[in-house]
Amino acid sequence: MRLRPLFLIMATALLMAVSSPPAQAERIIVSVSNHRVTVTSNYTGEELVLFGSIERDAETPPDRTSYDIVVTVSGPRADMVAHRKERRFGIWLNTDSREFLNVPSYLAVLANRPLAAVATPDIQRRFQLGIDNVLLMQRVGGDYADVVASDPFRQAFVRRQTERGLYRQADTAVTFLTPTLFRATIPLPAVVPIGTYEIDIKLFSKGILVTRAQTAFEIVKVGFEQFVASSARQHGILYGLATVMMALTTGWLASIIFRRD
Amino acid sequence: MTNRPAQIRARLLETRLEELATGQPKCDRVQIYLPIAEIPVNMFLLLAMGIAVGFVSGMFGIGGGFLLTPLLIFIGISPAVAVASVTTHIAASSFSGALSYWRKRAVDPALAGMLLIGAIAGTGLGVWLFTLLRQLGQLDLIIALSYVVMLGAVGGLMLWEGITTVLRARSGKQVLARRSGSHSWVHGLPIKMRFKRSKIYLSVIPVIGVGALIGFVGAIMGVGGGFLLVPILIYWLRVPTGTVIGTSMMLTLITMIIATLLHSATNHLVDAVLALVLMVGGVIGAQFGARAGQNLKSENLRLLLGLLILSVGIRFAVELVIKPADLYTVRYEETVG
Repeated sequence: MRLRPLFLIMATALLMAVSSPPAQAERIIVSVSNHRVTVTSNYTGEELVLFGSIERDAETPPDRTSYDIVVTVSGPRADMVAHRKERRFGIWLNTDSREFLNVPSYLAVLANRPLAAVATPDIQRRFQLGIDNVLLMQRVGGDYADVVASDPFRQAFVRRQTERGLYRQADTAVTFLTPTLFRATIPLPAVVPIGTYEIDIKLFSKGILVTRAQTAFEIVKVGFEQFVASSARQHGILYGLATVMMALTTGWLASIIFRRD
Repeated sequence: MTNRPAQIRARLLETRLEELATGQPKCDRVQIYLPIAEIPVNMFLLLAMGIAVGFVSGMFGIGGGFLLTPLLIFIGISPAVAVASVTTHIAASSFSGALSYWRKRAVDPALAGMLLIGAIAGTGLGVWLFTLLRQLGQLDLIIALSYVVMLGAVGGLMLWEGITTVLRARSGKQVLARRSGSHSWVHGLPIKMRFKRSKIYLSVIPVIGVGALIGFVGAIMGVGGGFLLVPILIYWLRVPTGTVIGTSMMLTLITMIIATLLHSATNHLVDAVLALVLMVGGVIGAQFGARAGQNLKSENLRLLLGLLILSVGIRFAVELVIKPADLYTVRYEETVG
């Protein structure tokens, strides 16, 4: 289990060595502190730590010494909808809505310094650096497209997700321990959705993408929580009957315990 | 061994300091993760809400869904899970209530049965409209408006009636015996039936109609409908107060059991952990509420209930009228059906 992400990284690195231009001499090796976050009855959120090392080799230009790291963590994808309220007949009601299709339910963009200093706006757009550049597919009328970052619906969507701690962009979340060893903290709020989270790590130097690596972790329910959730989903009627029995027993016990006559 | 308390104190202090430093509570034992709602909540807060709503429901003989559902939504539980889990909670609290009323022979099974026939038909109609409105995207508005209209009307009427009764009693005048000789057109309808326990002789048409209305409103608003049923039975059908609350609880019990099963089978949204914490608080609260209710004069009881219902209605009205802090809301796309 532990070896798999490492294997994936090596495989990607190998692929990159074959397909990428020779300028990419470095590779990054990363590991996340926990690949399987378990949600139990006392789960209130967690903080994961991502460690990474930049491996240089003979082809690395000797003058390339300073690096920038941008980590993008995206949670399980879901369809979401944003509603806008307007005043009609004296009351506030939802008038307009926009669907966001297959967007990450959790999104964290972590870097070691402001993205503007890492790369030009053009590069940022090309590699989807930052929340403003991450593709958020929307259904606009009959079309499917992402819109400009200043679009009010997109802004509102990001704002509401940020308020819940599900979207975040942090310029100082990645710290370099040595010039080639870095560490990033991934905060997971209590409301994080269950599922697989992908981590994409991009290495920049002087505004140019040098290499990238991927890893992942998953958030799962275990034990009693898993049992309740899966039985509710798979055996709906039995679950309902059990819940009703639980309710009746509680009610009956109460009337016995508190019986006065 | 002797320095153990000192050690514990040091540990506690350490934890407290850590909490202060990080700004995050370390003692998370009171937090409980809800497996279906998928969020952690404070267990004591839930328990307290259960007790408070249970107290109210025991005092007035209502399910309390109209109070609990908005409260759960307020603490961050999704409306769909809140509505579905509250039905289970109401089933528990109304069963405990119905049992004690049954022992006192204060339940009219015939009346409950007739109401139930109507309620089942009404629920079916309500669920159909619910699905239709969800497709049209205006379900929230309709729910909020029905809370305003229903709670506003019922609460307002009860408050008005309560105030006039109390004023009349205070001014020394004899409180009018409203029950005698006040036969309305309802009592002229055909297919009459004798409801022995309630000692009334009444047409089944309005009874089934009232049941249908309760079922319909309950399905739309996600409540048991006791707050609506109790006044209708008392003021319109002239059912003696003695059997009204017990019968209402009996009806609520059956409709809520059906609703729990339906919600579990179709939407998989009933959170058993949430429901359990709520119902434990609820049944405890209901016992104290019932005791408090017996010590209050019935005019005052109606006045209080009217005030409570009206204030919840006003809260919904305010929410509709006042400009929201953020005009945008974001949520997961609900898969219809």
